[in-house]
Amino acid sequence: MSELLTAARPRLDGTFLERIGLGNIALVIFLVIYPAVASEFFIVQIGAYSLIWGMLALSLMILAGYGGMVSMAQISIAGVAGYTVAIFGMNHTGVHGFGWPFWILVPFAVLLAALVAGLIGLISNRTEGIYTIMITLAVATGFFYFTQQNYALFNGHSGFAGIEAPKFWGINWRAPVPFYYLCLGCAVLSYAAVLYASRSAYGLTLQAVRDNARRMRALGYDVTRHKVVAYFYSGLIAGLGGVLLVWFNGRISPGTIDVSAAINVLVIAVIGGMRHPIGPFLGAVVVVLIQTFAIDVVGAERYNTLIGLVFLLIVFASPDGILGLWEKAKLRAPREQVFQLDPLRAGVMSITNRRKRNI
Amino acid sequence: MSETSVADRLYGAGAPALELDGVTRHFGALAALSGVTMRISAGERRAILGSNGAGKTTLFNAVTGEFPLTAGRIRFFGEDISELPTQERIRRGLRRTYQISQLFGRLTVLDSVFLACRGVSGRRFSLRRPDARDVSMMQARSIITAVHLDDESDRLVSTLSHGQQRQLEIALALAGAPRFILFDEPAAGLSPSERRDLVAILSALPKHIGYIIIEHDLDVALRVADYVSIMHNGRLFKEGTPEQIENDPEVQDIYLGHKHH
Ligand SMILES: Nc1ncnc2c1ncn2[C@@H]1O[C@H](COP(=O)(O)OP(=O)(O)O)[C@@H](O)[C@H]1O
Ligand SMILES: [Mg+2]
Repeated sequence: MSELLTAARPRLDGTFLERIGLGNIALVIFLVIYPAVASEFFIVQIGAYSLIWGMLALSLMILAGYGGMVSMAQISIAGVAGYTVAIFGMNHTGVHGFGWPFWILVPFAVLLAALVAGLIGLISNRTEGIYTIMITLAVATGFFYFTQQNYALFNGHSGFAGIEAPKFWGINWRAPVPFYYLCLGCAVLSYAAVLYASRSAYGLTLQAVRDNARRMRALGYDVTRHKVVAYFYSGLIAGLGGVLLVWFNGRISPGTIDVSAAINVLVIAVIGGMRHPIGPFLGAVVVVLIQTFAIDVVGAERYNTLIGLVFLLIVFASPDGILGLWEKAKLRAPREQVFQLDPLRAGVMSITNRRKRNI
Repeated sequence: MSETSVADRLYGAGAPALELDGVTRHFGALAALSGVTMRISAGERRAILGSNGAGKTTLFNAVTGEFPLTAGRIRFFGEDISELPTQERIRRGLRRTYQISQLFGRLTVLDSVFLACRGVSGRRFSLRRPDARDVSMMQARSIITAVHLDDESDRLVSTLSHGQQRQLEIALALAGAPRFILFDEPAAGLSPSERRDLVAILSALPKHIGYIIIEHDLDVALRVADYVSIMHNGRLFKEGTPEQIENDPEVQDIYLGHKHH
C-alpha cells in the first residue's frame, strides 16, 4: 500500500518532495520568528513585500510551470482585485468607496479576479507559446490604458488612495507585524495549496496538457477546460496577492499594473524558477532585495540595469532559475551532502545571510 | 450525457464496432483519404497494410476526430460520432496509439497510465491526490504489469528506451474499458523479442475488444488479425482473409515487393 503511494510520485520531484516536509517546517519556523529578529523595515518592505510578489509570481508559475502557458496578464488580474477593493471598500479619494465590510469585499474581489482570469484563459486558449505571451500582454496593456483613461470607474490617472487593511479580531492588520503575518498566512496557504494540488489528479492533467495536449484529448480530456480552470485557480492567488498589494501600498493607480509591473512578475518567476512553487518566492526575495538596495549600490537610475543583469546571469547559468542552480549544485555535491542540504533551507540560509549583512 | 451508459452499450451491442461511409479527407489539393467505406464488427481484429503515404494514419486521425472529415460519416457501435470532439469519442470506448509516440515526457509512467484511466472514468478535475485505493491508480498498476513496465513505473517517460515508450503507448490505449482500439504501427522500431511480446499482448486482449492494427511487418500483421484491408493512395484497395491476401498476386506485387526496402 505504502509502496503505491511513494510510487505515485515522480522520481525528479520525489527526491525533492521526500525531504520537503523537513524543509517546509524549517522555513515556516524561520518565517514565523522572523519579525522577532528583523527591523520594521525588513519585516514590511522586504518580508511582506516579497511574500506579496511571491504570490503574484506563484500565480504565473502555476500557468507557466505546470501548464506551459506564459501569461503576462497576472498583474492585471491582481489589479482587478485591487481596484475592486478600492471601489467597493473604503478609500480617501472621494470617488466610489462603497464601504463593504472586508469579509464580503475580499472574497468578492478575489472571485472577480479569478473569473476575469478564466476569461483571459478562454481568450488565449487557441494560442501557444509566444502567441500566448503576446495576446496576454495585449490584454495587460489594454487594461492599463483603460484604467488610465476611464474616470467613471477607475478614476483615471490618479486612481485611489487611502485604502487600508481592515481591523478584526481586535488586531489592526495595517500595523507592520500583523500585516507581515497576514501576508505570511496568505502566502503559506497559497504555497501549500499549490504544492498539494500539483500531485492531485487535476494537477497531473495540467502537466500532461503541457507535455502533450493532443494525447490528452485522445485520453478523453477536454483540454480547453483544463487550461481555463488553471487560469481560474491562478486568478485566485493573483487576486489575493492583488488585495494585499493594494493594502501594502495603501493606493492603486494605473502605475501599479503597468507593463513594467507585468514584466516584473515574469522576471521574478524566471529568476526563482518555475519547477517548484518555492521558486517564485525565492525570486521575489532576490528581486525585492535588489530593488531596495540597488539604489544605494548603483544609484536609482541604474537599478533596472542591475535587475536585467542579474536576470541574464541567472538565466544564462540555469534556465530553471535559482531552483535550477540548486539542482546543479546538488548534482555536483558528494552523496552525503545531498541528503543533508535542502533547497528550502538553502533558500532560507541565503536570505538569513543577506539579512545579517544588511543590518 | 458524455459517458457511455449501460443502455448505450446494450443498444450498441448488436451494431458493428465501426462503420465508415465514404470517409474523405483532403489536405489542400491532396486527397489523403477518398471515399473509404468499411465495416468492422465488434470484437473483430483487422490489419491495414499499405505503403507509406497511403493514408492509414490519416484514417485513424479521422476516426478519432483529430482531423475533421472533408466528407463522409463515421458510426461507432451504431452512434454517429462524425461531429463529436476527440475526447467524446474516447469516452465512448474508442482508443488509439500513435505511430510516433505521443507521451508525457516529464510525467512518470505510473502517472501517465493513471491519467489514461482517469480520463475515461470522470473526476478529471479532482483536487485530491489519488491514494493507494484509488480505482484508477489500481487499474494503472495492473495495466503497467500487463505491458511489462513494472520496473519502470516511477521513471520519467522521457528517460525510457524506445521500446519501453512503445509499450507505454499501448498501455495508454488499454486504460479504462476500451471497446475498440486503433494501433498505429505499434511494432515500429521494436526488436524481434519485443515484437513477440507485442503479439502476445495483442493476443491476450479480451475477445470483445476489437482493433485495427496498421503494420508493415506481414509476419506480425497476419498473426494478430482475422481480416486484412490494403490501402493505396487514400483508397481501400483490397480486403480479404490473411490467406487470401498472402496469396494474392496483385498484393504480392505491390506489397511484398515493398516489404524489404
Ligand atoms: N497534417 C497533414 N498535412 C498535410 N498533409 C498530410 C498531413 N497528414 C498527412 N498528410 C499527407 O497525407 C498522405 C497520407 O499520409 P498518412 O496518412 O500519414 O500515410 P500513412 O500513414 O499511410 O503512411 C501523405 O501524402 C501525407 O503527406
Ligand atoms: Mg502512418
